[in-house]
Amino acid sequence: MRNKLTKNFIWALVALLGAGAVGGIALNRGESINALWFITAALCVYAIAYRFYGAWLATKVLLVDETRATPAERLDNGRDFIPTNKWIVFGHHFAAIAGPGPLVGPTLAAQFGYLPGTLWILFGAVLGGCVQDMVTLFFSVRRNGRSLGQMARDEIGPVGGAAALVGTFAIMIILIAVLGLVVVNAMKHSPWATSTVAATIPIAMIVGLYMRHIRVGQVLEASALGVSLLLLAVMSGGWIDHHPILRVLFDHEGLTLAWWVIAYGFAAAIMPVWLLLAPRDYLSTFMKLGTIILLTVAILTLHPQIKMPALTQFIDGTGPIFGGTLFPFVFITIACGAISGFHALISSGTTPKLLTNERDIRMIGYGGMLLESFVAIMALIAATVLDPGVFFAINSPAGVVGKEAADAVAMISSWGFPVTVKQMNILASNMGEASLFARTGGAPSLAVGMASIFGSLFGKSLLAMWYHFAIMFEAIFILTTLDAGTRVGRFMLQDMLGNVWPKMALTSWWPSVLISSALVVAGWGYFLYIGVIDPNGGVNILWPLFGIANQMLAAIALSVGTGILVKSGKLKFAWVTGLPLLWLIVITSTAAWEKITSSDIRVGFFAAANDMAAKLAAGTLPPEKAAVATQLIFNQHLDAWLTLFFVVVLWVVVLDMLRVVVQSYFKKAVLPSSEVAYQKSCIE
Amino acid sequence: MKILKNLWARVRQLSGDDAYERYLQHYAEHHQSCPKDEAELPLSKEAFFKEWQDKKWTGVKRCC
Repeated sequence: MRNKLTKNFIWALVALLGAGAVGGIALNRGESINALWFITAALCVYAIAYRFYGAWLATKVLLVDETRATPAERLDNGRDFIPTNKWIVFGHHFAAIAGPGPLVGPTLAAQFGYLPGTLWILFGAVLGGCVQDMVTLFFSVRRNGRSLGQMARDEIGPVGGAAALVGTFAIMIILIAVLGLVVVNAMKHSPWATSTVAATIPIAMIVGLYMRHIRVGQVLEASALGVSLLLLAVMSGGWIDHHPILRVLFDHEGLTLAWWVIAYGFAAAIMPVWLLLAPRDYLSTFMKLGTIILLTVAILTLHPQIKMPALTQFIDGTGPIFGGTLFPFVFITIACGAISGFHALISSGTTPKLLTNERDIRMIGYGGMLLESFVAIMALIAATVLDPGVFFAINSPAGVVGKEAADAVAMISSWGFPVTVKQMNILASNMGEASLFARTGGAPSLAVGMASIFGSLFGKSLLAMWYHFAIMFEAIFILTTLDAGTRVGRFMLQDMLGNVWPKMALTSWWPSVLISSALVVAGWGYFLYIGVIDPNGGVNILWPLFGIANQMLAAIALSVGTGILVKSGKLKFAWVTGLPLLWLIVITSTAAWEKITSSDIRVGFFAAANDMAAKLAAGTLPPEKAAVATQLIFNQHLDAWLTLFFVVVLWVVVLDMLRVVVQSYFKKAVLPSSEVAYQKSCIE
Repeated sequence: MKILKNLWARVRQLSGDDAYERYLQHYAEHHQSCPKDEAELPLSKEAFFKEWQDKKWTGVKRCC
């Protein structure tokens, strides 16, 4: 009894502290605010949500049964179905879900100020993202680890299944293109960054060869070798940067780099996995975990001041990084970190096949997403500790603020975010770069933020080293996503083409491998190419498109979840997935509506296309813009149709789910539940 | 000391460093007593590693 009182008292304190911190962040109108407020708010919100909402979901809604044998136990084959320690599963799950998304999205959304992003990351995660991941994991565990697409087909109908498949393929293409663009923007005219990123390729191959032929299966040994080589590459990048001949070799325009990234993507998709993809993934996982831990430690020890205001004037939609008002675009820009449909593919992929006991579903599904949300908060902190003027100077594309440094700083300062050319030059030379202007995409500003945080902890003399370390760290796992995504896209395409011509489905038939790889690479390569030649930076078009696609996939996952809940007689709990679903439908549909119909040329695709066509006809475009105008106009049209397609897919799935819900409510015939029958667990 | 040893074991398991050892253990537990499998010897380390890596990279394994 006494014990219980103490526990309640502690939880009440956590709740108070969390409420105080969230309130403090929301109401602060001072010059700056300490990062510790964010960390405190986040940790308290996560603790309360995990302890109460997560536990309630497990025991009252899903009815997790720890006596029930999981697929890992029943189907144990020592290969893909293996009962595994929960911490190991957690590690695999987290390494799989946390990519570059939670780093890029919050950085871009910081143009609205720190507040909207922070609130959405915290509450979107605990009420939406974590629920989606946990519910999908649970239903997949109860269905022998079936994928989201299969569950959609089995439980809702063939339409839902097809939509999930098409949605996944589309999101993959857009994701790879936008990530490629982020890397290209970080590398353009930066011999240091380019040489370091280029060096990761042979290093990964050395590691691959080592694991395959020299010391077979010695993963840790090979990884240690690879990580040391990577650090060496970061250091020698500085030397190359100062070398008169070598630096020319690595100093390129964005377009040249884009072609290299495209060629690399194709090579990576057809090369054996052991040579490039698998070893690169080891390196990127170690780098990712190491850097996230380092960043946490650095932010906790330094507790830097956040200099970005709570809200900026750009909530009215005039922001330089991307156009569009606070609602709905902050919810589209930050997908990963708050709610990400992509996670549903992992939660219904590898993870359910490793889970030893159902009781760990809360920790892995709900907890894993909490940790990703925390990474997003850290990225937001790293972006907002910069002077807002510097943040905007790095992230605003030349097409918006002007090509000349003097024009850019004048425009940014006129918004009320003072910055000078001198300040930017000093910063660039500290970071070992020629210029930091117009490096849109989030990676460079995050790297500057991280470098200044690490720099104040470990000494300012190493700023340039830290900056390029951060760039390398982001690039290496962006390239891993690019490799892995192209490969998955290739498999999906081979599978789809196989329906038309069975031979195409053979993953070992070279003509099929080459054709399907080329098609996938051409798909994302096209968007990357357009993004690079677009004077407005491309990110402003591609990132919202990616956000809409990712939220669409999340809506599909939540539709499947809601459908299954209702079918299994839990209508009164259907709001658990139904409310986040409703919110996603609202934001995705609004965002898509605005992207298609808005008359603001920075938001509406058709408006932008018409405006450019009119200017082209009138001959008022500057020559460099006129040269690419036809391609840009075509692309704006294509993007508009693509957006429309995403929304139609979303509504088709939602309506199909509602049909199942209504039929089930009126006791009409629906597809039978595909849940596997109870079997008692024998594992202690 | 014991904590460090445990941690190391976890790191090895997480990275797949001990995947082959675990495979052999699984084989010993599940297949040896089974008469129909007697002809099937466990895979060599090279063959196992190849298959393990290929399997690991089929399907969606990484996210945004």
